[in-house]
Amino acid sequence: MRVLDTGPGQHREKNGWALHRWLVFRRLTQLGILGIFLLGPLAGIWIVKGSLASSRTLDVLPLTDPYVVLQSLFAGHVPGITAITGTLIVLGAYIILGGRVYCSWVCPINIVTDVAAWCRRTLGITGNGWRLGKSTRYWILGVSLAVAAVTGTIAWELLNPVSMVYRGVLFGFGMAWIFIIGIFLFDVFVSRHGWCGHLCPVGAFYSIPGQISLLRVSAIRRDQCNDCMDCFRVCPEPQVIKPALKPDTAGSTPLILSGNCTNCFRCLDVCNRDVFSLTQRFDHRTTPVTTNQGEAMT
Amino acid sequence: MMTSNGHSTIPGRRKFLLDSAGAVCGFGLLATGLGIYSGKASSLPAGAIRPPGAIDEHEFGGACIRCGLCVRDCPYDTLRLAGFLEDVTTGTPYFIARDVPCEMCEDIPCVKACPTGALDPDLQDIDDARMGLAALIDQETCLNFQGLRCDVCYRVCPLIDEAITLEMLHNPRSGKHALFLPTVHSDACTGCGKCEYACVLPEAAVKVFPRKLAKGEAAGHYRMGWEEKRKAGRSLVTPDTEHQYNLPQGIQYEHGGAGLKQDTGETPFAGDPLKTLNRHSGEVQ
Repeated sequence: MRVLDTGPGQHREKNGWALHRWLVFRRLTQLGILGIFLLGPLAGIWIVKGSLASSRTLDVLPLTDPYVVLQSLFAGHVPGITAITGTLIVLGAYIILGGRVYCSWVCPINIVTDVAAWCRRTLGITGNGWRLGKSTRYWILGVSLAVAAVTGTIAWELLNPVSMVYRGVLFGFGMAWIFIIGIFLFDVFVSRHGWCGHLCPVGAFYSIPGQISLLRVSAIRRDQCNDCMDCFRVCPEPQVIKPALKPDTAGSTPLILSGNCTNCFRCLDVCNRDVFSLTQRFDHRTTPVTTNQGEAMT
Repeated sequence: MMTSNGHSTIPGRRKFLLDSAGAVCGFGLLATGLGIYSGKASSLPAGAIRPPGAIDEHEFGGACIRCGLCVRDCPYDTLRLAGFLEDVTTGTPYFIARDVPCEMCEDIPCVKACPTGALDPDLQDIDDARMGLAALIDQETCLNFQGLRCDVCYRVCPLIDEAITLEMLHNPRSGKHALFLPTVHSDACTGCGKCEYACVLPEAAVKVFPRKLAKGEAAGHYRMGWEEKRKAGRSLVTPDTEHQYNLPQGIQYEHGGAGLKQDTGETPFAGDPLKTLNRHSGEVQ
C-alpha cells in the first residue's frame, strides 16, 4: 500500500519500511493464516483443517470462535468438549493479545475495509458519511443472540460476511463475493469505517475480552505529539486514541484501554514522533526510559 | 436538563425518545428479517442429506457452527458445505446421494471431526446412522417392477437383505413369472444413498430423502388383527373357522405359505410334470 497522505507542512522523517512495518506484518499474518488454511485444499498439506469457526491444527490443537459458540448456546445447544476447549484457548489468546486482534490480524474482511479506507483517503472523500451510532454494532450483536435464542438456529451465520468469505475461499465461493463488494462500496462511499467500526457484531463481541486484554498500545511519549493527526487518520477506531493521547485530565494513563483498539499498530507506523509504543496494560509510564532515535531526527 | 429560563428542553427529550424509538424499530426490523430469513433458510430441500449422526434438523441449525471439519475429514469427498443463497442453510454440511453417496466408513471420521456435537458422538456403529431413508419412489420405471432382474439397488446396499430385500410376487402380466420387488426397510436403512447412486435409470427410481419426508407414521391406536393374534397366540375375536375349499379328497390348502398339499404332507405336484398328469391313470385302470 502507498504512503499515506500527510498533513500540510508535515515532513516524513521515516523511511518506507519504518512507515509500513506493522502493516506488512499484519498483512503477512492475515494472508499467512488464510494460506495455511488453503494449503490443505490446494496442495494437500493439511496443517490446519476447518475454518475460522472451528479448526484443528496438526490434528491436535482445536481452535473455535467464541462468538459462534455463544450463539450456539443461545440457540439452546451445549457444544461438545472439543468446541469448548477450542473456545477457551481462543479466548485466552485474545485476552493476552487484545480482543480485536482478531479484527486486524486474522479477519479477511479487514483487508477489504482497509483498502476501502485507503481508497476513501485517496479519493479525498472527507467527513464520516452516514454516521452510525457507536453502539450500533452492540445492538446487532444483541440481535444476533436474540434471534439465535428465538429461532434455535445460528441465524447470523446466514449473513456473517466474515465467516462467509473464509468459507468461500476454502470451500467454494458461491455468492459470498457479494459481501466483499457490498462492504467495500459501503465503506468507501456510504460510511467511513462503516462495517468494522460500526456494524460488525464479530468485532463488537471481541471488544468485550479486549477490555481486559494484556497487550496494549501506549501514547508513552505523548508530550512529543505535534498534532499532525496522522494517527487519527489511519486508525480504524480513532475515538480510542484521544483519551490516551489528549487526556482531559493531565496525568491520566497514556494506555489505550478501549476494548475497541484493534492492536493493528498502524499508529506506531505512521507517527513521526514515535509517540506510541507497544506495552502491557499495567505499564502506565509516560516518559520513555531511553531517548528514541525518532527524536534525534526531529 | 433545564434551560436558563427554567423550561425543560423538550427538543432534547423528544430527540432522545425519537432516537430510542428509531433504534428499537430498526433493530426490531433487522431481528424480524433475520428470523424470517433463517426460518426460510432452514427448510432442508428433499435431495439434501445430512452427514451420519446429524441431530434433529430443527436442532442442527443451532448446534452446527459451520466450520467444515466434517467436510474436510470425509475421505470420499461426499460432504460439502452449502454456499450463500443455496437451498441448504448456508455453511452447513450435506450431500447429494446421486452425486456422491455416503460410503459408511466404519470409523465415522465426519462424526469424530465435529467439535460441537451437531454430529452426535454417541453414534459408534455406522449401521445405526439414520441420515435419511431410501424409498422406491417410482414403480413405473423401476426395472424390477417391470419383471426384470436389475437388482442393482439391492446388490449395492451395504445392508443387503436387511435394508433392502427382494420380495417375490406373482407377475400378473406374464402369468407365469415372478416380480422381485426391491423393498426398503426403515428399521435398517441408514440413508447412505448408495442405492440411489447406483440406480441404472437416467433418473433414479429409488431415492433417499430426509426421514421425515420418506417415512409414514401409523396412528397410535391402530391394531392389526393378525399381529394381535400372533402376540396373544390365539384369535382375540371369534374363533377361527377353517375355510372350506372344494378340493379333491386328500388335498388341503395351507395358508402358511406351503399352498396345496396332500394329507401325506407332500404337494400334489411331483417333480416330473408327466408323473403329475399320470398320477390317477393307474387308479382308473
